[in-house]
Amino acid sequence: MAPEPPGTPGTPGTPTAPGTAAPQRTQGPQGTQGPPLGTGFFAAWIEEAARSVRAGKDRLTRLDTAIGDGDHGTNLDRGLTAAVQVLADRPPASPGALLVLVGGTLIRKVGGASGPLYGTAFREAGKALGEEPAVSPGALAGALEAAVDGVRRLGSAVEGDKTMVDALAPAVRALAQAVREGREVPEALEAAASAARNGAEATVPMQARKGRASYLGPRSVGHQDPGAASAALLVAALRTVAARW
Amino acid sequence: MVGIVLVSHSGPLAAEVAALAAGICGTGAAPVPAGGTEDGGLGTSPDLVAAAIERADGGDGVLLIPDLGGSVLTARLFEGPGIVIADVPFVEGAIAAAVAASAGGSLEAVLAAAEEARTFRKR
Repeated sequence: MAPEPPGTPGTPGTPTAPGTAAPQRTQGPQGTQGPPLGTGFFAAWIEEAARSVRAGKDRLTRLDTAIGDGDHGTNLDRGLTAAVQVLADRPPASPGALLVLVGGTLIRKVGGASGPLYGTAFREAGKALGEEPAVSPGALAGALEAAVDGVRRLGSAVEGDKTMVDALAPAVRALAQAVREGREVPEALEAAASAARNGAEATVPMQARKGRASYLGPRSVGHQDPGAASAALLVAALRTVAARW
Repeated sequence: MVGIVLVSHSGPLAAEVAALAAGICGTGAAPVPAGGTEDGGLGTSPDLVAAAIERADGGDGVLLIPDLGGSVLTARLFEGPGIVIADVPFVEGAIAAAVAASAGGSLEAVLAAAEEARTFRKR
């Protein structure tokens, strides 16, 4: 009964997470078509996410200093930098394997609560994508649904708790809807990025019900949740990469 | 014997609670501490937790006792067959679990003993 170290790279297993049935749901006959998204697209996403988090590191740390322990920007920067390096050293063969590898790296390198949460998000997305060498926009939407389901499950968080779920859940809904409506990939991801940004901003008046900020009670009101802010950056990075793909 | 792993943000905290439990119930059932980061800082290291589970695992199951926040989320990553989390106060749960484990209790019995620590009132 050896424990499975979370960081062990491996091929994604059989998708079992709730939400893995979503690709079929979001890939209707009128769903978004377009060139399949391969490992290059997902590697570019992680690189852009790392760049964007590094650029926003001080802001994330400032937000986390207000209601957390002040290390979110530094921690996520360290994790994504490590993920970029791991992908360069060992390029995975499929988008699914790539995201699982990124997830394992984030779990080991980010620390705190956001390491397990973001790591789980990427691993669940990767597992949902399976081992296809390239995936459809509908499969991407389904994978992101699996990611947010994984975060909800691990953190027992619901929308309104003032967490990353408040940015991720609306983004995933917006993406699924845009794909159902058959919109182009960059446009669909723009809708997702916009929903994530709005969702993050909507955490400002909320009172935290999860994590360290929840101990502050009403004093957590008036600050944007740092996890929601970083989640919005990650979705925005996806949009940025799609726009130039 | 059921293994016990203490998952904490702090290396010294996990080590001292493990030492307290060993002092009370004997080293045979001493919990394995997994506190802090690899470089000795505050935080939770999945790699240290994985190594502690390996050390604690004698084939009869492993009980994970996390302190709070990220430790709980990290512990949840390891839940599976034979590895369960005790939703208990860190110190009291560790002692109760260690006593039950040293008496040869099953994983279910050790978990139940630890969870009884939740309801012990101090006033």
